[in-house]
Amino acid sequence: MRDDTVCKGILVPGMPHPLLCPEKNEGWGRIRKAYESAKKEIDASGAERIVVYSTFWPSILGHQIQAFPEPEWTHVDDEFHDLGSIPYKFRMDPEFAERAVQACEARGLHARTVSYYGFPIDTGSIVALKLLNPENKLPTIIVSSNMYANRAETIVLGKSIRDAIDEDGKKTAVIVVSALSNRLHTDSFDISDDKIHSLKDNEWNLKFLEYLDKGRLEDVSQLSRQFHNEARVPKVVSFKPFWIMASIMGQNNLYEGNVLAYEPICGTGGAVVTLTPAEDTAGDLEYDEDDPEFYKGDREVLDFYDQPGMGPLEEADGD
Amino acid sequence: MSKGEIVMGALAPHPPHLVYAENPPQNDATSEGGWEELRWGYERLRNSMSDIDFDVIIVHTPHWQTFSGTHLLGVDSFKSLSVDPVFPNLFRYNYDLKVDVELSRMIHDNAIEAGLSMKMMENPDFRIDYGTVTSCHLTNPSWNKPIVCISSHRSKFYFNAEVMQANMVKLGDATRKAIEKSGKKAVLLSSNSLSHRHFTVEPEVPEDMSKEHVTNHHQYLWDMKMINLMREGKTKEMIDLMPDFTEQTIAETEAGSLTWLISALGFPSYEAVVHAYGTVIGTGNAIVGWDPRKAKV
Repeated sequence: MRDDTVCKGILVPGMPHPLLCPEKNEGWGRIRKAYESAKKEIDASGAERIVVYSTFWPSILGHQIQAFPEPEWTHVDDEFHDLGSIPYKFRMDPEFAERAVQACEARGLHARTVSYYGFPIDTGSIVALKLLNPENKLPTIIVSSNMYANRAETIVLGKSIRDAIDEDGKKTAVIVVSALSNRLHTDSFDISDDKIHSLKDNEWNLKFLEYLDKGRLEDVSQLSRQFHNEARVPKVVSFKPFWIMASIMGQNNLYEGNVLAYEPICGTGGAVVTLTPAEDTAGDLEYDEDDPEFYKGDREVLDFYDQPGMGPLEEADGD
Repeated sequence: MSKGEIVMGALAPHPPHLVYAENPPQNDATSEGGWEELRWGYERLRNSMSDIDFDVIIVHTPHWQTFSGTHLLGVDSFKSLSVDPVFPNLFRYNYDLKVDVELSRMIHDNAIEAGLSMKMMENPDFRIDYGTVTSCHLTNPSWNKPIVCISSHRSKFYFNAEVMQANMVKLGDATRKAIEKSGKKAVLLSSNSLSHRHFTVEPEVPEDMSKEHVTNHHQYLWDMKMINLMREGKTKEMIDLMPDFTEQTIAETEAGSLTWLISALGFPSYEAVVHAYGTVIGTGNAIVGWDPRKAKV
């Protein structure tokens, strides 16, 4: 095992079924068991803190980070309200949230903490924290997913979070809440016979899980645009979870991957995967994407001011 | 029992900024004002309703997003705190509202008959979305009438804008038939902005109006195109253009609210009254009223 401040990365689905009714479908039950295994891995990792990035929490004004010390509410999911209510009380880390915001600003991002009683924490974060940190042993921050952010901004966001983690050096587990393929069944279906919505979604999910099983996180990150096109309902501009996960964890393939479960949840691809820093696994990388350090805002195709080496136009070019 | 009817339809967008700017006692955040043109537009809408007797407000909301069909509130009353997940600094509103469950069920049943996938929301812990609260507050600040709240079925994302439109035309039709059967007088609200590209930063003082403008000119041109069609009573043409408008301006019409409203009103050919147009954090917002009495003149 490689010693790293970010000692664990975990992908979990945010759907409420494994929390509220794991008994209703064998696959949902296996996801629930996988959550329990992932929790054990966190306990054994020496993690002192959790960072959650939830694709279920969209933001518009830059990046929002939850900083209310002890958010408490009874949550009901917008879609699956008939499954029941979810009472919760969590323990946030306001000081670390503030430092994460400062780190974001230092890299050119617009970010802020949110600290308000009754703030509607999203279903995905609630499910993840209820199952992975049920006794609130570890203080947490939750990071929103900006609906307009593309790769450069998300990579820089990940690096900013990493800066904040490295500042105090506390061991940190990163939890990313996202489905793989996200196409839900849009009509009633036989709960005992849940399945991935389409064969194509399933094939892409399996391809990504093959990579993750080999610890090839950066390769998965680099393939995110393709995955977005092939297996995602385009509710947002891009598929960001592996961009930020790889960015926080170090942008390499040096991990031991552990696919704990992969099951359909109402048609979506639900997977629980853990990644542990390792010395030598799959070292081959496909570096074909930019690796930005600072965020300078959206650049339009016709923005010449930021183009290198254009030089002045010829005064008389004959045209 | 006499036949029920729609007594007013309105495009009633829900930027929480407008509630924030008004400083009502229900909202925890306080402001120095802002977005007056839109707030005065809502005032004009309310004035236009002052001589109208109605029993219920029916709101179609983009911020209750459902993917397996359309859902309706099915609990008699709700009392809680609504906090906007995007603008929590502006909107933390204590609501206390009643629901017309009987009419909700009638819409639900009619829509199922029309072939739509529908579901009643019967969990008493459910939190009402800030879009519903904002549109209803600005239209009827006294909250003295029950509401029916209809979710936004996101079929635009799972299929395309045409499928969304087809579903919402059916839902609007089913809504009108349910109202007629109920014997009630209803005000219908389409709770959405038009063009919907936001700024991604907020001024230090959110109500600093020197920073407010439409995000880009083409959004403005599209908004005017749609508003002029409303003013001219060309609602069928407007619905025909809706998929392109929605695509080109990332418009919040993607939620289906406006298509639902126009269908429920029977694609009015009389002129709509535009009470205001203005921007909120770059998005285009129009407050528009359709008074069916005009059709009878």
